[in-house]
Amino acid sequence: MKQPEPTASANEPVNPVAAYLRMDRIPHIWCPGCGLGTVVNCLVRALMTCAIPRNDISIVSGIGCTGRVAGYLALDSFHTTHGRAIPFATGLKLANPKLKLVVVSGDGDLFAIGGNHFIHAARRNMDMTVLCVNNFTYGMTGGQVTPTTPLDAIASTTPYGNFEDPFNLPHLAESSGAVYVARWTTLHVRQAVKSIRDAIRKKGFSFVEILSPCPTLYGRRNRLGDGLEMMRQFKEKSVVRNGADTREAGLDFKGGILCGTFIDRERPTFLDRYNETMAERLGHAFTPYGGVL
Amino acid sequence: MAADGKSREPRGRVYIDIEMCKGCGFCIEFCPADVLAFSKAFNAKGYHPPEAVRPDSCTGCGLCGMYCPDFAIFGVLNSTAA
Amino acid sequence: MKADPRGVLTGAHFLDGDHACCEGALAAGCRFVAGYPITPSTEVVERIAARFPTVGGLFVQMEDEIASSIAIQGAVWGGAKAMTVTSGPGFSLMMEHIGLAAMLETPCVFVDVQRGGPSTGLPTLPAQADMMQVRWGSHGDYEIIAYCPNSPQECFDLMIRAFNDAETYRVPVFMMLDECVGHMTEKVLIPEADAIDLVERRLTTAAPGRYRPYETGGAWVPPMAKSGDGHYFHITGLTHDENGYPVMNAQAQEACVRRLVDKIRKNADAIVAIEEDDTADADVVVVSYGITSRVALKAITRARAEGIRVGHLRMVTVWPFPETRIRRLAEAGKAFVLPELNYGQMYLELERVVAGRSRTHLVPHGGGTVHDPEVIYRKIKEAAQ
Repeated sequence: MKQPEPTASANEPVNPVAAYLRMDRIPHIWCPGCGLGTVVNCLVRALMTCAIPRNDISIVSGIGCTGRVAGYLALDSFHTTHGRAIPFATGLKLANPKLKLVVVSGDGDLFAIGGNHFIHAARRNMDMTVLCVNNFTYGMTGGQVTPTTPLDAIASTTPYGNFEDPFNLPHLAESSGAVYVARWTTLHVRQAVKSIRDAIRKKGFSFVEILSPCPTLYGRRNRLGDGLEMMRQFKEKSVVRNGADTREAGLDFKGGILCGTFIDRERPTFLDRYNETMAERLGHAFTPYGGVL
Repeated sequence: MAADGKSREPRGRVYIDIEMCKGCGFCIEFCPADVLAFSKAFNAKGYHPPEAVRPDSCTGCGLCGMYCPDFAIFGVLNSTAA
Repeated sequence: MKADPRGVLTGAHFLDGDHACCEGALAAGCRFVAGYPITPSTEVVERIAARFPTVGGLFVQMEDEIASSIAIQGAVWGGAKAMTVTSGPGFSLMMEHIGLAAMLETPCVFVDVQRGGPSTGLPTLPAQADMMQVRWGSHGDYEIIAYCPNSPQECFDLMIRAFNDAETYRVPVFMMLDECVGHMTEKVLIPEADAIDLVERRLTTAAPGRYRPYETGGAWVPPMAKSGDGHYFHITGLTHDENGYPVMNAQAQEACVRRLVDKIRKNADAIVAIEEDDTADADVVVVSYGITSRVALKAITRARAEGIRVGHLRMVTVWPFPETRIRRLAEAGKAFVLPELNYGQMYLELERVVAGRSRTHLVPHGGGTVHDPEVIYRKIKEAAQ
């Protein structure tokens, strides 16, 4: 029997993402086959290659399995309240505009309880990146329905099947004013890294949705198989069309999964407008705002 | 052994942290060079970690590492490996 | 450290309480406010919206009070002194984030200009019915500090103390106004900047990689950090250890939460601020706070003129409650009269602390206006029997 390759030791190369991870907290809490670790891989690789100093990166998360991402990153990271990562990030960014804000949270956290904050931050074009891991469920609490759960799906609070139409997140983000909108799945690791990197570098409100398997809850209840099986379904059903109309990005069990970078446009940010307006109205009484300190 | 019958140094190699693996199978499935397969051995948690069954085919692309949700495997190019 | 002159509107002004809060915050070094309009507090943020851009600060009107109450905390962790402003219904929405501030130990200030409640209640009329809510409104065990100004001048002065206490103890601190104090216009004297002493935030001096967010080294309060300084710290609202990492068991809970409670309880005597008049030889002590303290004065003056030995204890801080002093007065057998614009909230604390040693009398009022001094006077007479 062939021996597995040796594990890393002091003289051997370490995992390329380890430098941005709290290795003292690994192994993490996520299930076998959960895509969150894959998302973290993509996020860390994007952060390591985006040419933004590590000091300047701030991660803010909400509550849920995805919310735990913040705790595994060796960056300034804030695990806040359910649905409220975006307004926390707003305050953090406005106090120190030099910081690069990345909000990492799940579909329920961002679009149920957090929905109002999402649309307003997008409307204001607050300069931050929102990375939504969409596993179509509230995983941490046992697999309840969320605003992105597909029609007819079984969840612990929709035991007879979900009868509510879900949100089309790319369309919602575009309509609210996001300047960068993309969707990938945990299958599309290379594209996701690039997209996240582009989103982070982009000035303004950027949104990246990443579909991810939750085999333990969503997958099991809807007989989608384990994590690998769900990844195979991503492969089978996904279609990449950059620049596609976000109105076509709705998801259901029967249709395909539209992926790509849909929106990449320019708008002045909240602070751009703030500084412009104040300078115009107050003249010399106003010094351009670059942070409280 | 490469396809043309000549023996060559593989372009890359993988590092596997056997105890971190949770047997999801992503690396095995998505390795473009079919380097990996489930080992018959168990780790302490009871999972079958991957093993490099075709190490010579490894290109060091690193996709296994990008997919792995448990940070249990990564690939390197041989020019950078020890 | 001294106040930054850019934020200090030195001089004699004619301001209402709401406006004086704005000036107090500026003098205290506050440069970030996130808020949402709600009567009768709106004037605070309206003035802030006009003043802050001219002094290097920033005001953002958020989409709701829930967003406001956490945006200020983000700003604090970015290095700012920050505040939000609201009234009853908005205050209720902020409760979860008050708990977050307590758990993360985020220094910040909340202004509640109290109005009639519950629910929509009396938006334009005074009450003092959020007094228990400010102490217990969020879930879990934690402690806060609450000030009750009784004049626009105090709205200015106490705001500075509020920000200072927030930095010293790393707790959310509350300015509990009422609509009367908020909307009354009086003389406010604002001193020179160098006459205003501020407590500076204590930031960690640990080398990069060595900062542990909740390691206190035996002190009550750990030093803070801010994002961007290379400490790569993690903080969470989950029960956590000294590294800031979530640890979920009973021992971690005791280690984490006990200190949040004790840092105020064990330092209460240093935090409590009260004003006393004629209590030493009094038979009756009127305990009051906020606008009711001024109404009570009229009743007290009248009672004294009639020979009743009545003293006055005005709570400037309402939380922590002045237990030590009240207990001492109770042991000396003094009767208490507590008028408040609610049906008995601080009265519960009074009864608890007096613990039957002497008699206590509540003068309740549902709010909507202030007490008729006659009613307080009659209760003083009754208490003096």
